[in-house]
Amino acid sequence: MPSRQRGAPGSGGASAEGERELLSAADLARTVARVAHEIIERTAPDGGEQAPPVVLLGLPTRGTYLARRLAERITEITGAVVPTGTLDPTLYRDDLRLRPTRALAETELPAAGIDEAVVVLVDDVLMSGRTVRAALDALRDHGRPRAVQLAVLVDRGHRELPIRADYVGKNVPTNRSEDVAVRLVEVDGEDGVSLR
Amino acid sequence: MTVADGTSTGIGLRHLLSTEALRRDQAEALLDTAAGMEQALTGRAVRKLPTLRGRTVVTLFYENSTRTRVSFEVAGKWMSADTINVSASASSVSKGESLRDTAATLGAAGADCLIVRHPASGAPHRIAAWLDRVGHSHLGAEGHVAVVNAGDGTHEHPTQALLDAATLRARLGRVEGAHVAIVGDVLHSRVARSNAHLLATLGARVTLVSPPTLLPVGVESWPVAVSHDLDATLGGDAAGGAPDAVMMLRVQAERMHGGFFPSAREYAIRFGLSQARADRLADHAVVLHPGPAVRGMEIASSVADSSRAAITEQVTAGVHVRMAVLYHLLAGEDVA
Repeated sequence: MPSRQRGAPGSGGASAEGERELLSAADLARTVARVAHEIIERTAPDGGEQAPPVVLLGLPTRGTYLARRLAERITEITGAVVPTGTLDPTLYRDDLRLRPTRALAETELPAAGIDEAVVVLVDDVLMSGRTVRAALDALRDHGRPRAVQLAVLVDRGHRELPIRADYVGKNVPTNRSEDVAVRLVEVDGEDGVSLR
Repeated sequence: MTVADGTSTGIGLRHLLSTEALRRDQAEALLDTAAGMEQALTGRAVRKLPTLRGRTVVTLFYENSTRTRVSFEVAGKWMSADTINVSASASSVSKGESLRDTAATLGAAGADCLIVRHPASGAPHRIAAWLDRVGHSHLGAEGHVAVVNAGDGTHEHPTQALLDAATLRARLGRVEGAHVAIVGDVLHSRVARSNAHLLATLGARVTLVSPPTLLPVGVESWPVAVSHDLDATLGGDAAGGAPDAVMMLRVQAERMHGGFFPSAREYAIRFGLSQARADRLADHAVVLHPGPAVRGMEIASSVADSSRAAITEQVTAGVHVRMAVLYHLLAGEDVA
């Protein structure tokens, strides 16, 4: 099942009709490559000894794979190895009481830790900002990064918190009732983003 | 029947009263969550999660306990719940207050969850049923006080069975298909009962090894095989294979009034896990003990201290399992 960032709860069950493709597989690859370039420009992961290390932390499930893809691109371009990890913010969410309990996802930080690093959080879709807020809280319990940045594949608006992405793959104006479905080969067998 | 049914929460758990009523998907979700808790806490600067902030967990213990009470308290505190310990000897229970009134008082005082240990089998079930019948103003119209059985008489001790399963998962990589021998005083053991049901639900094969006098009536209806010869079971049984795990039970002298076996020495010789017996186990086989262990009785000191024994891992797993239980009972939306 593709990842969905849904407006009103219970608005699921959208059928294939009325589905609009936002990014094809080729578009998605180009977008990841562009964001990788932007991260290099801003953080200089090949900056040598004195530059702070850069760590890409994906938010499960698809953010984890996006973080790995971004790290591969960055290594291809600069030769620098960027550690990646995954951070599950579930236990820090502020909406736990509003839904049935969720399963926990994986949390795995690079062995070197995140202290004094520039941490780039990576997620597939940015909407309310509540997941990112929870991730910021989770991060604080793991250490003290020098800076935290946010990279998302799709920014669909409808923010409920003062949170902004540093790197955006694609801005998509959406209706709250619509779903943004991100599909990645690693999870869904194919790449693409669609709106329904 | 149990009050543990209800389908609206994530895994459909209102109370945790027994493993017999636990479905396989629920048990596996609890074990997965426990593994997630362990991962979430590994290598961190701050060992505290905000998940249960503002929730109150009360442990109500009518029997002594170290590991169970402490690990519930640690589990609650690591998730930022307020945990309060009530022991029967230091409460109004010693003034003659009934179980029902004590439970009602704790519910009215603001508990979101009651962790109950009681010498009478079924006491947590009764408390859950009583509390479900009355409303609790601090929990809203829909709210309910979740009850966790932390050991009731000779009936069940579900979180112990869950932590044993979590330990087996970590050591063996799987529970399904594993052969687990549960050895000793099955009659007085809520741990044995909870484990027999949970392990069977998870697809393991269980053999109870015990003198006939220490087997409960009705054991033939349990999903287990029964043996009276420890050496034969360790050597492999008809269904094929020596045990992948041996769980030694404590001989519960405090519950025994009469001669269940001729002497402690004879019991130790026939049903104790000596070093010689442990040496016959397969290389991967794990030795479990729910604690407190009586060294020299059911388990030799050298075996309890060997790398084969997972006794301290069980305690650590107990914290993660209890975090998982509190998470699924308290973190999600409250449903009637």
